[in-house]
Amino acid sequence: MTGPVTASAPGASALRDALRHTPGAIYLLVVLFLGLGIASPHFLTAHNLVNIALQAAVVTIIALGMTLVILTEGIDLSLGPVLGLSGVVAALLMVRGITLPAALLAAVAVAIVFGGLNGFLVAYMELPPFIVTLGTFGMATSLAMALTEGNSVTGLPAEIRWFNEGALIGIPVPIWATALLFLLTLVLLHRTRFGRYVYAIGGNRRALMLSGVHFRLYHTGVYIYAAVLAALASFVMTARTNSAHPTIGIGFEFDAIAAVILGGTSFVGGRGGLTGTVGGALAVATLRNGLNLLSIPAEWQVAAVGIVIILAVAFDSWRGLDA
Amino acid sequence: MTALATALRRPADAIVSDRLFLIASRLAALAVIVIALAILSPHFLTWSNGMNVLRQASLQFLMAAGLTLVVLTGGIDLSVGAVLGLAACLGASFLNSGNITLGVAAALAAGLACGAVNGIVVSYIHVPPFIATYGMLWIAHGIGYVFMKGEVIYGFPPLFRAIGTGFTGPIPTAVIVAGLVLAALHLTLHRTVLGRSLYAIGGNANAARLSGMPVRRRVFYAYALSGLLAGFAGIVVIARTNAADAGLGEDLLLPAIAAVCLGGTSLLGGIGGIVGTAVGSLILALVVNGLNLLSVNTYWQPFAMGVIIIVSVLADERVARGSAGGMQA
Repeated sequence: MTGPVTASAPGASALRDALRHTPGAIYLLVVLFLGLGIASPHFLTAHNLVNIALQAAVVTIIALGMTLVILTEGIDLSLGPVLGLSGVVAALLMVRGITLPAALLAAVAVAIVFGGLNGFLVAYMELPPFIVTLGTFGMATSLAMALTEGNSVTGLPAEIRWFNEGALIGIPVPIWATALLFLLTLVLLHRTRFGRYVYAIGGNRRALMLSGVHFRLYHTGVYIYAAVLAALASFVMTARTNSAHPTIGIGFEFDAIAAVILGGTSFVGGRGGLTGTVGGALAVATLRNGLNLLSIPAEWQVAAVGIVIILAVAFDSWRGLDA
Repeated sequence: MTALATALRRPADAIVSDRLFLIASRLAALAVIVIALAILSPHFLTWSNGMNVLRQASLQFLMAAGLTLVVLTGGIDLSVGAVLGLAACLGASFLNSGNITLGVAAALAAGLACGAVNGIVVSYIHVPPFIATYGMLWIAHGIGYVFMKGEVIYGFPPLFRAIGTGFTGPIPTAVIVAGLVLAALHLTLHRTVLGRSLYAIGGNANAARLSGMPVRRRVFYAYALSGLLAGFAGIVVIARTNAADAGLGEDLLLPAIAAVCLGGTSLLGGIGGIVGTAVGSLILALVVNGLNLLSVNTYWQPFAMGVIIIVSVLADERVARGSAGGMQA
């Protein structure tokens, strides 16, 4: 920060410090709200803001798990395809008359298998996370395509719609689900041994090893938890489109990574947290919503998210916060 | 990660035994696949299928060649497939109007530009390589879709198509092109300052920096070259398929990474080489050819690639770290 030094009062440096440590998501949200509020008359309407929150729900749920993974200095590229595969498996079961709760369990089981495989290879076999999850990315994509022969699964029972259209006390179900999963993850991260290990695996794995702590099971658990959240998110996704498409999840892992980075979680050293991630997911959803309102094609939106991620990491390293 | 990995680097005799394991395991894999396919399919051991496999392996090699340079530095380029697709589309738009030189130049320039951006973002802005290049993947993808507007460009001049489909004597031209690229990159890696420094940076970036090597600039070159070679691969691919569309590169990332991993280039950097990638490409082409001959649905190819990537990395990295009893952060 190379602005002119205005005063040497302690308040000024505290402010500067606070600005320095504010996640990039907050800056992006301020810019987006100002810019879009001026550019589009439809942006600052109650209807559209609820829409943004609904769009942010799926990304937030995936990004909560991604936050834990990134806190352990990992990455999970397979979360998008795992979402797609879980959704397809659940939908195929429901079309064949299996009840919704049983289908939900099946989707979670699929996620546990993939998360367990990722976790085992990363935690016990010590392979680089991005290569492991790129491999399972391919495996989950293949399975989803082979199960559906590349087609959408349609003709789902009506009760699935509740995951998108339902409401409790006037608040839509996806927002409830996101809030509950956020609180659950928050408690896990800050009130349990699991959470302490998540930070320690990223921050000081050497010390964990030397102290003989059995952290690998917890490390595996991080990947399983992230995959299970993706499976739960698939229900919101399936309910929204009223169908399950094998490749619908691809790209969500990318939005989730963007949300985590914008939220200020660092790729090294186990620094960051969940609150920032929610801000990051809102920023990504607002960005996409804004580009939609300005009628910018979907493919440009993906490119825009890519540019924003790189700028956000660059901005952090320029501010002296390590990427 | 690098400091720790470096501290655990193995003594010279361990590296020799790793090389033996690498060569023996790949020869064994080749032998098993060839024998199995010869038994399972009567169409496998024919001259035309052999040339077909070699041509496929050559295309596969060209897609993975640039990536190998980046992986040797300890980095990764997840954008190779998308950049290949974008370069092919831009090139195709010029080829379609009959101008071969301009088409080839456009594809190469597009590849180089994407690679240079990757290089700047990774090397000078310090964005982790898998984030920077995953970002580039979606950026190149997006530009490609907007540029093509969902259309397919097809029907290129026969002179141009010769690179992909023609024969020089009994050998497919694409095989000769890949052979030339292989020789050039092998010489670059082993006989030039740039090549040697890519190994040095991958082996120990700090030591390379302290010995006065311009690490940032050399890493930048690796990513730029990766982009340029992806653009070149794009040209050969569309010469073969005679069509370009925005989704062209989508399925090419997993095979490219699989070829590099199968070739025994370590993801930690510093170990491996371009000849390994050529062997990896050949194994991969045989696998794909086998799946096709056995009429396995193409939906299963990403699954096969995923398994191949994980198994080969599992085998190599475990063997590599076995003698040191080490860990990797």
